[in-house]
Amino acid sequence: MSDLEQKKANRSLTRQLWIFAAGSFAFGFALVPLYDVICDVTGYGDRTKLVEASSFTAEEDKNRTITIELLSDSPQVGDWEFRPEQGSLQVHPGRLYEAKFYARNMRTQAVVAQAIPSIAPLQATKYFHKTECFCFTPQPFDAQQERELTVRFIVDPKLPQNIDRLTLSYVMYDGKSTS
Amino acid sequence: MAHAHTHDAAHDHHDDHGPAKGIGRWLFATNHKDIGTMYMLFSLLMFFIGGAMALVIRAELFQPGMQLVDPMFFNQMTTMHALIMIFGAVMPAFVGLANWMIPLQVGAPDMALPRMNNFSFWILPFAFTMLLGTLFVPGGGPAGGWTMYPPLSQQLGDGFPMLIFAVHLMGASSIMGAINVIVTIMNMRAPGMSLLKMPIFVWTWLITAYLLIAVMPVLAGAVTMLLTDHYFGTTFFEAAGGGDPVMFQHIFWFFGHPEVYIMILPAFGIVSEIIPTFSRKPLFGYDAMVYATASIAFLSFIVWAHHMFTVGMPLAGQMFFMLATMLIAVPTGVKVFNWTATMFKGSISFEPPMLFAISFLFLFTIGGFSGLMLAIVPADFQYHDTYFVVAHFHYVLVPGAVFSLMAAAYYWLPKWTGHMYNMKLAKAHFWLSTIFVNVLFFPQHFLGLAGMPRRIPDYSTQFADWNMISSIGAFGFGLSQLLFAYIVFACIRGGEKATDKVWDSGRPHGLEWTLSSPPPYHSFETAPEVK
Repeated sequence: MSDLEQKKANRSLTRQLWIFAAGSFAFGFALVPLYDVICDVTGYGDRTKLVEASSFTAEEDKNRTITIELLSDSPQVGDWEFRPEQGSLQVHPGRLYEAKFYARNMRTQAVVAQAIPSIAPLQATKYFHKTECFCFTPQPFDAQQERELTVRFIVDPKLPQNIDRLTLSYVMYDGKSTS
Repeated sequence: MAHAHTHDAAHDHHDDHGPAKGIGRWLFATNHKDIGTMYMLFSLLMFFIGGAMALVIRAELFQPGMQLVDPMFFNQMTTMHALIMIFGAVMPAFVGLANWMIPLQVGAPDMALPRMNNFSFWILPFAFTMLLGTLFVPGGGPAGGWTMYPPLSQQLGDGFPMLIFAVHLMGASSIMGAINVIVTIMNMRAPGMSLLKMPIFVWTWLITAYLLIAVMPVLAGAVTMLLTDHYFGTTFFEAAGGGDPVMFQHIFWFFGHPEVYIMILPAFGIVSEIIPTFSRKPLFGYDAMVYATASIAFLSFIVWAHHMFTVGMPLAGQMFFMLATMLIAVPTGVKVFNWTATMFKGSISFEPPMLFAISFLFLFTIGGFSGLMLAIVPADFQYHDTYFVVAHFHYVLVPGAVFSLMAAAYYWLPKWTGHMYNMKLAKAHFWLSTIFVNVLFFPQHFLGLAGMPRRIPDYSTQFADWNMISSIGAFGFGLSQLLFAYIVFACIRGGEKATDKVWDSGRPHGLEWTLSSPPPYHSFETAPEVK
C-alpha cells in the first residue's frame, strides 16, 4: 500500500469510527424514551398504578367479622408500662376502626420511643392497612409521663376467606435520642 | 531542534533522526513511543495519588470511631479514589501500553493518527487537574460515589460542573485513543499478518477499543443529562418533573459494565503474552482465546442490571440478568483453563513478569468466583453494598488489572529502555505486593459477609479486627509500590544491557523482539514480512 492509499484508508476508517462514536452518544439519549417504552410494556414502575397502590377505597362487608387481637411488649422489664386498652375487638372488613394503647415511661429520664408493629399471620400483613399509627413517628416521653396512643386501620375485604383472626402486636423500643 | 540540520538537509528527511530536544519533544510528541511513555508515567503518578487517597480511607478505618477525617471528606476520598484509579491509572496505563506495543507488534511505523494521539494524551492532565481541583472549591469534591447517582450527585457544590467536564474530557481522550488503536490495527498491519495471526495482546486491545467507542459516549450522554438537569431545567432524572433517578442507574451501568471489561480484556492479552514465553510453549488455544474475548465483550452489554438487583425490577428481568451474568463465567473459564494448559508440562521459569502473571491467574480467579456469588439474585440482596462487593471488585482490579500492568512493565521494560532492571528487587516487589494485597483485600470478604456496609467512615466494633488487618495490608501494599517506581526509574537511567530477545527462554515470539533493545526511535519504516 502506498503512503497515499494508506492515508486515504485511515481517513475513511477514522470517519466511520467517529460516526460510530456519535451514534453511541445518540444511543445514550435514545435510552431515555426506550426506558419509558420498556416500563410501559412491562407495566413496571407505572406511575398511575403506583398511585392506585398507595390509595385505598373499599365497601364495608357487614357479613364478615374478623377478630383483631392486640398485644404489646417492651424489650426490657421495668422500662415501660405498655398495654392495649382492649384485648381484642370485632371488626367488619372495609370499615375504619380505632384502637388505643396506654403507655407510661416508668423511668426517671425522658426518652424518645419507637413502636414497631407486626401482624400475624404473615400472609394477612398486606391486607391490614394502618391509616394512622403512633408507630409512624418517634414518640417523645418525659420522665414518668403517661399517654394514650392511637392506631386507625381498615381490614381489606380481599383478606383471604380462611383468615378470621389477626394479631396486631407492638414492641416499644427506645429510639435514638433526638437531642 | 535547529542545530541537528546542519548537514545535507536534502536527504536527512528520510534519515532516522532522533527525538527532538527539550520539552518540545513531549509537548508536540507524535511518536508512539514517546506518547506511550507519557501515558504510562502519567498513570503511575495517578496510581500514587489515588493510592494516597486509599490510604486516607484505610487509616480512618484502622479503628472504629472517627479519628482522622470528617465523614464528608471521607466520602470525597472514596469517590475520588475510584475516579482517579479507573480513569487516571488503569485506563491510561493500558492506552500507554497500546501505544508502545501495538505498532511494534503489528509491524507499523507508528500509530495511524499521530496528531490525534498527542491530543488524546494531553487532554488528560487538564481533565485530572480539573477533577482534583474540585477538592479545593466550595462544596468540596464529589462525595456521592464514583457512579454519580442523582439526586445525590446533584447536591455537589461548585465542583459539580468541574466533575462533569472532567468526565467529558476523559471520555473524549479514551474515544480518540480507541479510534487510533482500531485504525492502526485494521489498516497498518505488516503484509502477511492476517487477523488470526495477530499477537493476542493486539486482539484484546482491538476488542477493547470497540467497547470503548460503544460505551464511553453513553457515559458522556449520561453526565450531560446530569448537567442539563442541574443548570438548564431538564428533568431526565428528577421525579418532580416526570423523570426517574433509576433511569440514570440503567444508563450508567450500560456504560459501567462494559467499562469493567475495558479494564480487564487488555490484561488478559498481557497475561496471554507472558505465560507462553516463560512456559516455553505456544499459547494453548489461541483461536479459543480470541473467541472467548469477543464473547465476553458481547455479553458485557447485556448484564448491566446485575449492579442494581436491589433497585427493583420484574422477576423475569432478575432471572435474565442473573443467568446472562453467570454465562460470562464460561468464556472466562475457557481463558483460565487455556492459561493453565499453556503452563501444563511447560518448562517454567519464574522471572518477575511470570510471577505477576501467575499471581494474576490465581487472584483474578478468586475475584471471578466472588463475582459469580454476587450474580445470584437472592445472595446479592444480602451482599449488595457491603464490603463483599468491595473485596470482589478489588480482587479483579488490583491483582487483576494492576498486576497485569506490573507484569507488562516487567516484561517489556528491558525492550523499552535497553536495560535489564534489578531482578532481585523486582522479585521482592512481587512478593510484597502479592502478600499484602491479600492481607488487604481478603479480610474484606469476611467483613462484607458479616454485614459491614461500604462507603462508611465508622463501623460497629464487631468489625474492628479484620479492618485493622486490612489497613495494615493497605499500608504494606501502598508502600511496596514505591519500590516499583524506584525499579522503573533505575531501569530507565541504566543497568545491564538487554539483548534483542531480552528473555533467554528463546521464545518471546512477535515482531517487537526482532528489533533492538531499545528499539530505534522510528521502527518498521519499511514493513516487515510476516509468514
